[in-house]
Amino acid sequence: MKLWSMLRPDFWDHEDVAAGPYKHLFNFRRMWKSAVILTALVALAPLVFMTIVDYNVNQQAIESDISYQTARLVSNTRRSVSFFLSERKSALNFIDKDNTYAALSDPLRLTALLDNLKKGFGGFTDLGVIDHNGLQHSYVGPYHLAGINYSDQEWFKDLVSSGAHVSEVFLGFRQQPHLVVAVKHVLPDGNFYILRASIDTQKFNDLLAEVEISGQGDIFLVTREGVLQTPSRFFGNALDRLPLEVPAFAEKTQVMETHLQAEPLVIGYAFIHETPFVLMAVKKKAALMKPWNETRQKLIVFLAISITVIVLVVLGVATFLVNQIFAADHKRVIALHQVEYANKMASLGRLSAGVAHEINNPLAIINEKAGLIKDLFTLGRQFAEDSKLLGLVDSILYSVERCGAITRRLLNFARHMDVRPRLLDVGEVVKDVLGFLGKEAEFRSIDISVQVDSDVPQIESDPGRLQEIFLNLINNALAAMANGGRLAITFRRSDDGFICVTVADTGCGIPEAIMHRIFEPFFSTNTASGGTGLGLSITYGLIQEIGGNIQVKSEVGKGTEFSVFLPLKMPPLRKVKNESLAG
Amino acid sequence: MRVLLVDDELELVTTLAERLELRGIATEWAISAEEALRRVETSTFDIAVLDVKIPKVDGIKLKKRLQGKCPGMKFIFVTGHGSTRDFETGASEVGADYYLVKPLSIENLIAKIKEALQR
Repeated sequence: MKLWSMLRPDFWDHEDVAAGPYKHLFNFRRMWKSAVILTALVALAPLVFMTIVDYNVNQQAIESDISYQTARLVSNTRRSVSFFLSERKSALNFIDKDNTYAALSDPLRLTALLDNLKKGFGGFTDLGVIDHNGLQHSYVGPYHLAGINYSDQEWFKDLVSSGAHVSEVFLGFRQQPHLVVAVKHVLPDGNFYILRASIDTQKFNDLLAEVEISGQGDIFLVTREGVLQTPSRFFGNALDRLPLEVPAFAEKTQVMETHLQAEPLVIGYAFIHETPFVLMAVKKKAALMKPWNETRQKLIVFLAISITVIVLVVLGVATFLVNQIFAADHKRVIALHQVEYANKMASLGRLSAGVAHEINNPLAIINEKAGLIKDLFTLGRQFAEDSKLLGLVDSILYSVERCGAITRRLLNFARHMDVRPRLLDVGEVVKDVLGFLGKEAEFRSIDISVQVDSDVPQIESDPGRLQEIFLNLINNALAAMANGGRLAITFRRSDDGFICVTVADTGCGIPEAIMHRIFEPFFSTNTASGGTGLGLSITYGLIQEIGGNIQVKSEVGKGTEFSVFLPLKMPPLRKVKNESLAG
Repeated sequence: MRVLLVDDELELVTTLAERLELRGIATEWAISAEEALRRVETSTFDIAVLDVKIPKVDGIKLKKRLQGKCPGMKFIFVTGHGSTRDFETGASEVGADYYLVKPLSIENLIAKIKEALQR
């Protein structure tokens, strides 16, 4: 709240007490809000829009890049795996074509061929020849598998119909994970035999282990039924069941997104032709998106800082501009008031002069006629002793003199509309003012005392302005007091070459909280009863114009004391000010 | 001592003239500038008491014409448009010896006439 009271612009709590031409032209709070909203909208909308677009484009680009890289990785690895298997299948085909059935049935020849295969390709564990009845009648390798009949096994039946076979990884008779590559050779008599080789899965595993995969990834082979064929970093060893669903068959490499226990995963997969294998690469999306998340965080921080700076600048600029407009409009209203006030005073002056002059002429006639009657009574003998008649004439002449004093006062008032500094007695000016207000004070039983020190000199000043100053101060004092109050006006010479006129009342006093605002234009505590809040403001301005200053002391419930300090000689008025006041 | 009173208010000028006469001051009066000029052609006056505002010709112009005809004549101006504070400035502005504000005090008027003539 304290910060707000410091930052709150001048116009925020402004309320128009005036109406008509003296009303402010704008609703400043609404103007400020409109300026802030429109400027902020124009500045922020493109920024936010561009940021959102940039955010989406970047995110899509990164996701697309992840998808592309995953697809390429899977595709390349599939080629490697396919090549690995094809190479071995081709090697078996070559042996098959290059050797007769009888040669292959020779264990020595078969051993030599296995050695060559191990040296030339690697990964071969054993080699066997199976006749058309499914009986392995010739075998070389680390196990004792000669004589085993495979006729009732699925792969055998499959091979008979397809001509070549690559098996899944399985334990088999040897109880070791391995896979089998077999080719069928049809003999001229219509029978056939099968050349069958076991492939060490370690070779297979190494092939996949060498693949560099980003995003804490995993790449493995799996059967279409979901049995792992190679060890997986996340999902266990070969022959374990994959906890993910194997995607449906697709001709080409595919990339998809899925969730495992609420963790988003990017999966690339490819079906390896003529094998039971599906190559799958699994990457954690969070790890892949980490660089993007960091960039995104920077983008959001940048956006937040930009918005904050823009909003602060918009608030600052709008407040400054609206404050300037408010100040200008405030000055306009004050100037209008001053012109109006000057015009009113000038009109009042002309009216007073007209009335005084019109009354003065018949008054002069009454004066002369009564004077003549008195002359006749005094100088003649007939009524010289008639004290009653002389008393009546004197009464007429006394009343004429009173009327004359009133018209002179009115003329004085009118004449003061002209700005003309002259040597004057401030006490006389105050007495003139009291002449106008004395009756009101009398009716309200307000005791007025005027005390003038003997060393108060005459000063050179503008009587019109002095009259207005004291008219305002005494009027305010009378308004602040209840009936029966006391108004004390004292004149003294101050030490610094000024004369000090003090107007002290026994009124309600001014609270400390508003003391600093009483000279502000339009500050009023009695707007309900028609106060414009300009009286003391105009008084302050007039005192400044004639080179004086004003001080105030007040105590609530006890009264207020205004001290006006007037220089012995007023400074020359500024021309512009004269013109503006002359209206 | 002969006094010429000029004011467009007939009642005022006749009564004032009578009051001055009662005090032994020979007085003639006029209610227009033309009449005042005719008076100075037939009589001589020591001093003229002029209203500042007279119809057609104002008191200041009339004063100049009267001065042309009677070079030694003194002038007192009377006005319903001023205040006692205007005596000195008013008199110097219109080039008169004295400047009085209505309603007049007969004693004050006679005193000023005497003072003007002694200057």
